[in-house]
Amino acid sequence: MPDPSVGSPVPGDRVAGDPADEPAVRLQGVSVAYGGRTIWSHGDLEIPSGGLVCIIGPNGSGKTSLLHLLLGMIPPASGTVEVLGAPARRGDARIGYVPQRFGDSVGDAITGRDLVRLGHTGSRWGLRRDRQVTAEVDAALDAVGGREFASRRLATLSGGQQQRIAVAQALVGSPEMLVLDEPLANLDLRNQRDVVDLLVGLREQRHVTMLVVVHDLNPFLPHLSGIVYLLDGHPHYGAVSDVVDGDLLTHLYGTSIQVVRTATGDLYTRART
Amino acid sequence: MTALLAEIGYQSNWVEILGAPFMRNAFIGGALVALAGGMIGYFVVVRGGEFAAHALGHIGFPGATGAVLLGLSPTLGLGVFCVAGALVIGALGHRAREQAVATGTVLAFATGLGILFASMATRNTSTVTSVLFGNLLAVSSDQIVVFAVVAVVIAAVLVVVARPLTLASVSPEVAAAKGVPVRALGTCFLVLMALATTVAVQVVGTLLLFALLVTPPAAALRFSARPVVVCGLGTLFGLVSVVLGLVVSVVFNLPPSFFIVTVSTLIWATSLVSTRERHRSTANVSE
Ligand SMILES: Nc1ncnc2c1ncn2[C@@H]1O[C@H](COP(=O)(O)OP(=O)(O)O)[C@@H](O)[C@H]1O
Ligand SMILES: [Mg+2]
Repeated sequence: MPDPSVGSPVPGDRVAGDPADEPAVRLQGVSVAYGGRTIWSHGDLEIPSGGLVCIIGPNGSGKTSLLHLLLGMIPPASGTVEVLGAPARRGDARIGYVPQRFGDSVGDAITGRDLVRLGHTGSRWGLRRDRQVTAEVDAALDAVGGREFASRRLATLSGGQQQRIAVAQALVGSPEMLVLDEPLANLDLRNQRDVVDLLVGLREQRHVTMLVVVHDLNPFLPHLSGIVYLLDGHPHYGAVSDVVDGDLLTHLYGTSIQVVRTATGDLYTRART
Repeated sequence: MTALLAEIGYQSNWVEILGAPFMRNAFIGGALVALAGGMIGYFVVVRGGEFAAHALGHIGFPGATGAVLLGLSPTLGLGVFCVAGALVIGALGHRAREQAVATGTVLAFATGLGILFASMATRNTSTVTSVLFGNLLAVSSDQIVVFAVVAVVIAAVLVVVARPLTLASVSPEVAAAKGVPVRALGTCFLVLMALATTVAVQVVGTLLLFALLVTPPAAALRFSARPVVVCGLGTLFGLVSVVLGLVVSVVFNLPPSFFIVTVSTLIWATSLVSTRERHRSTANVSE
């Protein structure tokens, strides 16, 4: 598997305690299975920290399962999963999570602001009041530009606004890593671009590692540091230039895809007509 | 005029009756039940507790009549069956809700069992009627103690679990990632619901349970989406239903359950109408 962006994975090469050198994610011999049915296997990869990485693959290939694995929500059927230098576990406050179809599941029984607050207090027992939480909630809402509409019920917000609230909810507590599951689904083009700009900006300001499951790479292509692709039942990590390859993408999606480089050097992909 | 009023049961001495000791029990008991139901109200409406209210009411019925058959207190039988039912529903998780036919069959069977127990216990049907339709005017001081204990237990548990339970209710996915025990909290909520059901049945009965456990918070949710406000307002709606229902029932010498349910329904209908504009306009803004 070509992986030029990661240095030699010989342990002796690593400077102990140097966070820049510690990969954000390390899978070794990992497979995922539900009730004996293997979804994918031979997961051996390292994702360097600090980047913006997209996760692609056909429907049902196990992208959400990969995120669940990193979040410790499911155990690997085999192998070891390390996230930010430690075995994956539930409740790791260093990871913020935006699940798939977040707005749909939440409904209209909560306001955006309360939801963001729950990103902080939702895993705490008891009812202690904490003024610092309010400040952090405001900061997270400001970071996504969500102050004006945060007091409204989530279901009354537009798709783009809901996604901003979802990101703010994941941001409180200042995580080192953000994982987002199809944050662009059901958004129109303009909202897609706004959310991409938001995520790219956040990654640059906060130096978080960002893993984003997407169906269409194009909106993220100019900003990516790498791509995880699920192909033929195995996950791979590769540099953008290696993965954005017509033959590979065609194989991946099972439909003919062409990679185009514009005069300015930008890459994009499109279905071959 | 007086004749007409007498015809519909008007009691001219109703002020006097309201001051009687059994009425004091009825008011206190009803208020405690409104409080017990109101505290969990937000979670009831957010978590689809309509299903649980319906199911637990049916499951509790054979518990109450079975206890009478054995010479035990119906409250005890109700409580045991409701809590056991909550644990079973919690263990089945979503499946119980999805398997409509299986669930409906089990609940119908439970009701049948309740009727069988009741007929074996006694020739008269007073237990059946009071479990099915409630009997607030017969609430004893012992029952009041039970109601108070239930309210305190619900409050104490909620103080501990309120926040994780809220997150688990609105976004189970995020809650699970944060290490919140989503399944266990779901079962914990169902047990609280079972306790509230146990006491609410004694006020309005299994058949009218909905009006005291689901309708008030559902009305409150129309006005606010803030958990604390929904619980507070829901409690208030429940209280108004119970108190107003009781007073009117004494004035006309008719069963309180009917008036409690009527007031509760009116509050709900009013909430729908009075917030219709607001809900419509916010829906438009988002487009
Ligand atoms: N909890 C689960 N139990 C059983 N099968 C599951 C579960 N979650 C996902 N699957 C199955 O695993 C496969 C991969 O699912 P998922 O990770 O959601 O894929 P993707 O996100 O790429 O669409 C699908 O076939 C799905 O049906
Ligand atoms: Mg998915």
